[in-house]
Amino acid sequence: MSPSSTPDCAHAAAALVPPRAAPNHARGLRQWIRTELLGSPMNVGVTLLMTALLVWQLPGWVSWSMVHAIVQPDADACQTARGLGACWGVVSEKYRLILFGRYPFAEQWRPLVATLGLLVLLVASCMRQCWHRGLVVAWILGLCGFFGLMGGRLLGFSVGLTPVSTDQWGGFPLTLMLSTLSIACAFPLAVLVALGRRSDWPLVRAVCITYIELVRGVPLISVLFMASFMFPLLMPPGTTPDVLLRVLAGITLFSAAYLAEIIRGGLQAIPRGQLEAAASLGLGYWATQRLVVLPQALAHVVPGIMNNFIAIFKDTSLVTIVSLYELSGAMGLAVNGDPNWRPFKLEAYLFITLIYFVCCFAMSRYSLWVERQVTHR
Amino acid sequence: MTTPIIQFEQVNKWFDQFHVLRDINLSVTAGERIVICGPSGSGKSTLIRCINRLEEHQQGRITVTGVELRDDTRSTEAVRRQVGMVFQQFNLFPHLTVLENLTLSPIWVGKVKPDEAQERAMQQLQRVRIAEQAHKYPLQLSGGQQQRVAIARALCLTPQIMLFDEPTSALDPEMIQEVLDVMVELAEQGITMLCVTHEMGFARAVADRVIFMDQGQIIEEAPPQVFFEQPIHDRTKDFLAKILGH
Repeated sequence: MSPSSTPDCAHAAAALVPPRAAPNHARGLRQWIRTELLGSPMNVGVTLLMTALLVWQLPGWVSWSMVHAIVQPDADACQTARGLGACWGVVSEKYRLILFGRYPFAEQWRPLVATLGLLVLLVASCMRQCWHRGLVVAWILGLCGFFGLMGGRLLGFSVGLTPVSTDQWGGFPLTLMLSTLSIACAFPLAVLVALGRRSDWPLVRAVCITYIELVRGVPLISVLFMASFMFPLLMPPGTTPDVLLRVLAGITLFSAAYLAEIIRGGLQAIPRGQLEAAASLGLGYWATQRLVVLPQALAHVVPGIMNNFIAIFKDTSLVTIVSLYELSGAMGLAVNGDPNWRPFKLEAYLFITLIYFVCCFAMSRYSLWVERQVTHR
Repeated sequence: MTTPIIQFEQVNKWFDQFHVLRDINLSVTAGERIVICGPSGSGKSTLIRCINRLEEHQQGRITVTGVELRDDTRSTEAVRRQVGMVFQQFNLFPHLTVLENLTLSPIWVGKVKPDEAQERAMQQLQRVRIAEQAHKYPLQLSGGQQQRVAIARALCLTPQIMLFDEPTSALDPEMIQEVLDVMVELAEQGITMLCVTHEMGFARAVADRVIFMDQGQIIEEAPPQVFFEQPIHDRTKDFLAKILGH
């Protein structure tokens, strides 16, 4: 065949090209520094700026928090080192008051055991291997154990421990219990409200919208205030439920409204075709929602949901307003009440900050894991 | 003459003020294979979606497998168990594996034991030649494979009637044939089929009757031979010229 017989634009591959391995980039530290820290002029600038900030701030921080810090609970030593070194002594002196609030000192093994038990349950519930029926039983027993240990009584019956009334509960156990239970109750309620807001029945829709808009128009503090002080006034004397229960209901109802709107966002992302396919397969309303719509809708809004859970965890600190001394309230109680240690509030704050951070960071990492589990591409 | 498995009597439907189905009369005998065609917006999808009540009609009577479709969940659910549907966009459940997509309805609606449902699902997957993908998720499959899974899913309830709503319109040209092949096989097995499609080759090969719709009406219906060779209405001739012209 003569070359002149084919036009210039025609071309056929002489042979199929077999796949080859991608060029191998070195992934060592040196390479990382070169690309990530010094990759472009802008990059170099940012790296220099950050290094300068570190050089400027880090030595002072290390010196304050470690080198010149006072660790032993010695108020005089702390006073001398003031401005120069941190006074972690306030933590070593007051940690039991910070962690357990006004709970009777001699009985504090009880909240410790109760909290550890609750933490074990929470961690287990996050792990796929533990997701079977036994977990439900474990939760029922675990919660009975928690309230039995904390209060010394369970559903009105003594469990052989000194009774401790709920207004004396405090510190981390209270924070953990309030956030766990309000998250556990708010979530299913929020799912129902979100579905209700999209219901075909005008009455159901109206009730859900009213609830959401009412709650969103009020700050949590006023909800707690009403639950704690107003509600008993409206009830016949002697019939008011425990303050803890009222506060728990307040936080739950408050968070559920926000959570419902997040979930509604997820519901809206589900294409009509999914509902039609479910309908054509004979699935009824509840089966469709439970098996087809919610698994996808919730997967879409995992970050938003976890955001809300984290907010609930931290919002429990507002119950201090109704004299329930959870972690941050107990910290205030411990430091403000003692003139010797009052100047070292900052260190005490850093201590509870660390506790809050560990919990919230764990929740945020867990959320990333959940996101990976629900992506099926 | 045997009683029809599907019967439309003077059916009318409106979307707001838009009259989408106009005086529809149609009767389908068991085992019949019908292809419905027509320009977009002619009401053909709405027509077959009325059969399993994804759309409600406002006037007239629709009877499917002896049950009249009314505004109550019981008749709707009874009919939906007898009617499988395949959609243009597949509408597989992306959060479930292929196998779970197939067993969902038998387990929750048909109350079949999970083991048995899985066994039957695997048989259906073999029927559409995709059994090896059973444990993948839908979005990991090609469009043609997804549509075959959707057909298998609809068959898992052992329906008497299968509805296809433009099953090949969302597919790459290379994948249309694998889906049509499955549909032809299905047609040969005697199930009642109503198929909205523009695949005229398919219509010629398997249809007992071709229905042409325009502006919400059934304009013309005839066996494929007659329909393609001797269309009566100008609208039909016009449509066929456009669709067969290329």
